[in-house]
Amino acid sequence: MWKKIFDWLNERLGLNEMQKNLLDRPEPKGNWWNTLGSASLFLFILQGATGIFLTVYYTPSPDHAYDSVTYIMNDVAFGWMIRGIHHWGATLMVIVVFIHMLRVFVTASYKYPRELTWLIGVGLLIVTLGMGFTGYLLPWNQRAFWATTVGTQIAGTVPFVGEFILKALRGGPDLSALTLQRFFAGHIWMLPLVLAGFIGVHLYLIIRHGESHWPKKED
Amino acid sequence: MPESLSRRDFMKVSVYFVGGIVGATVGLPAVGYLIDPALGGAAKEAWIPVGKIADMPEVGKPYPFSFTRVQVNGWERTSTSHGGFIIRKSDASDDLVILNSRCTHLGCTVNWKDDERVFLCPCHDASFDAEGTVLDGPPPRPLDRYAEFRVTEDGVLEIFYKEG
Repeated sequence: MWKKIFDWLNERLGLNEMQKNLLDRPEPKGNWWNTLGSASLFLFILQGATGIFLTVYYTPSPDHAYDSVTYIMNDVAFGWMIRGIHHWGATLMVIVVFIHMLRVFVTASYKYPRELTWLIGVGLLIVTLGMGFTGYLLPWNQRAFWATTVGTQIAGTVPFVGEFILKALRGGPDLSALTLQRFFAGHIWMLPLVLAGFIGVHLYLIIRHGESHWPKKED
Repeated sequence: MPESLSRRDFMKVSVYFVGGIVGATVGLPAVGYLIDPALGGAAKEAWIPVGKIADMPEVGKPYPFSFTRVQVNGWERTSTSHGGFIIRKSDASDDLVILNSRCTHLGCTVNWKDDERVFLCPCHDASFDAEGTVLDGPPPRPLDRYAEFRVTEDGVLEIFYKEG
């Protein structure tokens, strides 16, 4: 029965070809360092899933943000676990993405024809950091508040346009409900969409060009 | 010859088994997380002290009382005020009528008019007698009663309150 269902779907969706082209690609001799990209992708999906779950209870208002996070941590079944995964997964994702970049650099995998993969990868690293920056404010505790105060001040030191950047980030001259709301919107909508789009192109380029082989002595 | 399990089949079964455990470990907490508020207990109920029976000596006179209940929904707290009247029907301390002062029409609070001996609702001029029976106006039923009450050893009257 399952075989029949699979055959029906396969004939229409082309599952076998998809598997052949996407997953069953020829690979150069592997190395554990080559798995960091997949690890980053996994962490992105994990962060997306736990993040979606957190929005079930989180509310981005200065009156209730802290209380809702406390509620998730103390009262919701497995809330501590969902938020714990999201919290630690965020740190881990920054680390993994960064080491992935180092690996690509060390093995010189950014060279022709993979320059664009590298450039988009740099974008992915920056957006990942942006996710960390916006997400840090959302618990709305003292640490979050002052970290964002300092972080936006640093952005404000840019010559000429610094003040504008600071106001644009904060939604005004001071940290306020507007800051929390726009960080929330950025954290759950804008940055994830950019991230997902970049990941799509990044993966397409990897499939198109194949993975670079580990450099040998002659390289 | 005993049925032998090929290496491939063993791998398949193992992968399904481990995958099932992993899926359950992730999936069950996720479901629990989503439906958690639906698993809350039934309507809350409590015995609420409304006053000393010794302070309500007169038979037939409505003594007003009020109390506040706080509901906690997640991180949100809302408090609702409730009020009513205690009327002694005789000298026996358990021969009482305890009325809810919420008009059964649209929920306004009724007041006791001592000269006319009626409860009057300010919203639509409904009136009820001292037992809560509708005398005039649009209310569909008599004033609600707190039917369950008790008097403690210290002479404090407590009513049984059930949410919802």
